Amino acid sequence: MEAFLSLAFLVQIVRISVPYVLASLGGTFSERGGTVNIALEGIMLTGAFGFVLGAHLTGSPVLGLLVGCGSGVALAALFALATLRFGADQIVCGVAINLLAVGVTRFALKMVWDSSSNSARVESIEPLVRAEGTTGIVLGVLTHPLILLAVALVAGGHVLLFRTRFGLRLRACGEHPHAAASLGIKVRWMRLYGVLLSGLLAGLAGVWLASDQHQFTDNMTGGRGYIALAAMIVGKWRPGLAAVACLLFGAADAVQMTLGGAGIAIPSQFLQMLPYLLTIVAVVGFMGRARPPAAVGQPYED
Amino acid sequence: MKARAVELRTALVAPVTALLVALLAFDLLVLAYGASPLRVLRVMIEGTWGNPYGVGQVLFKATPLIFTGLAVAIPFRAGLFNIGAEGQVVMGALAGALIGMWLPGGTPWLLAIPLVAAAAALVGGGYGALPGALKARFGAHEVITTIMLNFVALALVNYLVATHFHEPETLHTAPIIEGARLSRLGAFLPALHGSAANTALLWALGGAGLVAWLLFRTPLGYEIRAVGLSPPAAENGGISLLRVSTVAMAIGGGCAGLVGVNFVQGYKYYFEDGFSGGVGFMGIAVALLGRNHPLGVVLAALLFGTLSQGGLVINALVPKEIVEILQAVIILVVVVASREVRSILLRAGGGR
Repeated sequence: MEAFLSLAFLVQIVRISVPYVLASLGGTFSERGGTVNIALEGIMLTGAFGFVLGAHLTGSPVLGLLVGCGSGVALAALFALATLRFGADQIVCGVAINLLAVGVTRFALKMVWDSSSNSARVESIEPLVRAEGTTGIVLGVLTHPLILLAVALVAGGHVLLFRTRFGLRLRACGEHPHAAASLGIKVRWMRLYGVLLSGLLAGLAGVWLASDQHQFTDNMTGGRGYIALAAMIVGKWRPGLAAVACLLFGAADAVQMTLGGAGIAIPSQFLQMLPYLLTIVAVVGFMGRARPPAAVGQPYED
Repeated sequence: MKARAVELRTALVAPVTALLVALLAFDLLVLAYGASPLRVLRVMIEGTWGNPYGVGQVLFKATPLIFTGLAVAIPFRAGLFNIGAEGQVVMGALAGALIGMWLPGGTPWLLAIPLVAAAAALVGGGYGALPGALKARFGAHEVITTIMLNFVALALVNYLVATHFHEPETLHTAPIIEGARLSRLGAFLPALHGSAANTALLWALGGAGLVAWLLFRTPLGYEIRAVGLSPPAAENGGISLLRVSTVAMAIGGGCAGLVGVNFVQGYKYYFEDGFSGGVGFMGIAVALLGRNHPLGVVLAALLFGTLSQGGLVINALVPKEIVEILQAVIILVVVVASREVRSILLRAGGGR
């Protein structure tokens, strides 16, 4: 039992949750503006690849981070072009973007590293302070720039969404775009900002994954984008609540990994199902209805 | 121009545009890899439609896509987006494999084959009906519930196979009885000998025909299409949304479950964890390209089957992943082009 109370276990929860937190925040911005973003998964995968490619070519993980976030934004821009400029169906485009991301990263993996499984090892983004033993484990989380950034982004995201003019306008575009337009808000531009922000954040989520493992592996996101989507829904499209849901899902993952070693007989598959079942319960309305922005998924036409 | 003529032209122009853009993307990618597009294209055509074995493999790969294409197309006609075919496929196929393995060894094929297929269709259908009912009863958005149910199904099936039903040292179930197995097409057409194409193809084609009849010639089909056009209007007309949503999703899920006929009854004779490999998601592309019409679904499934087999034969020259990129490009261009072509045609014809 102490395996679950140890410091290492708590640290593991945080590390697992970081990509969920970042991507679900991204999803929140996209959907609050009225754009369903199933493409989080693919954007995350592209961000992970971008980080490794950038770090590999320049030797600098910081430049890798920029390339990773940049490629996430670029893919989000393609998604925005199809859905916002051409008004194509957001869900279909999201599915296509995810497919595209898997294909492109596999193709590029073969081209650059001549491998169908993984890239070469790259430098990763390290904690600011290093120490030995338990202190080292704690400081590794408390002073990791990406973890600090994630915490700041959630807090900042909440303020941006609920305390600024930008946030109010973005939410107006997701709830009632025509009313927003009649007040002079440029709905498509606001939605574009929301989608691009989600690209930046989901790209950053991918950067974390690749940096954490020092390499890119084929399809390394493995459905994490969908878990982030689930957390966003369970968190009722609110950055703080979504982050809590991410920690909960991260804890389920951590328990599942620890169970194997502890020899406890709960099949790990049932823990895997937990986030998805919770999400279904949330949308069905058994724990206080999770209600999406009213105009989410509808193309806007002037 | 008449609205119907616009629809028809859109249905033709959008896929052709998508194919041209995909061809362009193909050229660029092959050139980027340092190979000759013309040579790769020739190898791809020779390896698919250029020889009998290739044709057989294309048909084998198109078969599950017809089923999953229908699984998306039918609910779509009722205004429901079934992203859950992947989960319905594995649930149905596992159910079929288990029944096929438990049937007494001497069960005659006339009984065994339909029993196994019915188990697959029923379980797939039940798993599809659930999100349909949740949508109609609680307003839970089917896109979200079907995505989540996919992961639940994959984990559940993984648990059942890995813990209870696997053969030692493998991740597949025990083989189904002889009587429940389908013949290979090679048994009737010697030219196809050696390819995995089997009579499940006939099931798929028959299924597409049946779906066309259901959608366009029966009261239920009329109700499904009425709900798809306007749920409030349909409800005012006395149609039960709960019933139609649930039934449309159940029929879709049933079609998805029948993928088990191709894999379990026609090919491997057992269920293997992870066999579906995204075939449910490709169904979305197939339905979209086929404009949610059964005939269109069959044609689109043949195209995607060709691409999928083509990827394997060109793998020595360029990475087969090129095909995955092309499939994504085709989907994106089709959704964008459908809207654009339609509005251009409408404008050219002086509006509606």
